[in-house]
Amino acid sequence: MADKFDDATQKELANFVEAEQAQARLHSSIHMLTSMCWDKCVTGTPSTRFSRSEEGCLANCVDRFLDTSLFMVKKIEEQRAQHGQLS
Amino acid sequence: MAARKDAVIKSIRSEMALANAQELMNKTNEKCFAKCVTKPSTSLSGSEETCLARCLDRYMEAFNIVSRSYISRISKERLEH
Repeated sequence: MADKFDDATQKELANFVEAEQAQARLHSSIHMLTSMCWDKCVTGTPSTRFSRSEEGCLANCVDRFLDTSLFMVKKIEEQRAQHGQLS
Repeated sequence: MAARKDAVIKSIRSEMALANAQELMNKTNEKCFAKCVTKPSTSLSGSEETCLARCLDRYMEAFNIVSRSYISRISKERLEH
């Protein structure tokens, strides 16, 4: 086993790994969203280009999914505020 | 020391790129097989191959569209909060 990295290098590598992990999480979300939106928006046999509606659907799909997520959180918080005393 | 550090960084970068490419490969394989090879026979037909080739291109395009809208949404949310 070679010598250990010095403190400054270890810190730099730790920062680098953290940034790469953030990048990996971003990629993983994009893969998940692409898969989901593909199933929802691309219903026909793949052609040489997307139809206007497929393209629009794909572009809207991500925004509406994130809106849905925010909406659900808001609703659950409202319910919690209403029934907070019960639970 | 610096050379060893650069080697570590380089190898992590290439691992990441590989993982990303493999995920994309697996997804296109799964999605395009489902779409194009509806009734597997003794070999892939010409029309199945055409469909697979187009499907691969469209999936990559979808990945880019989704990637663009996700990143622009995230940067927008970050500005607002």
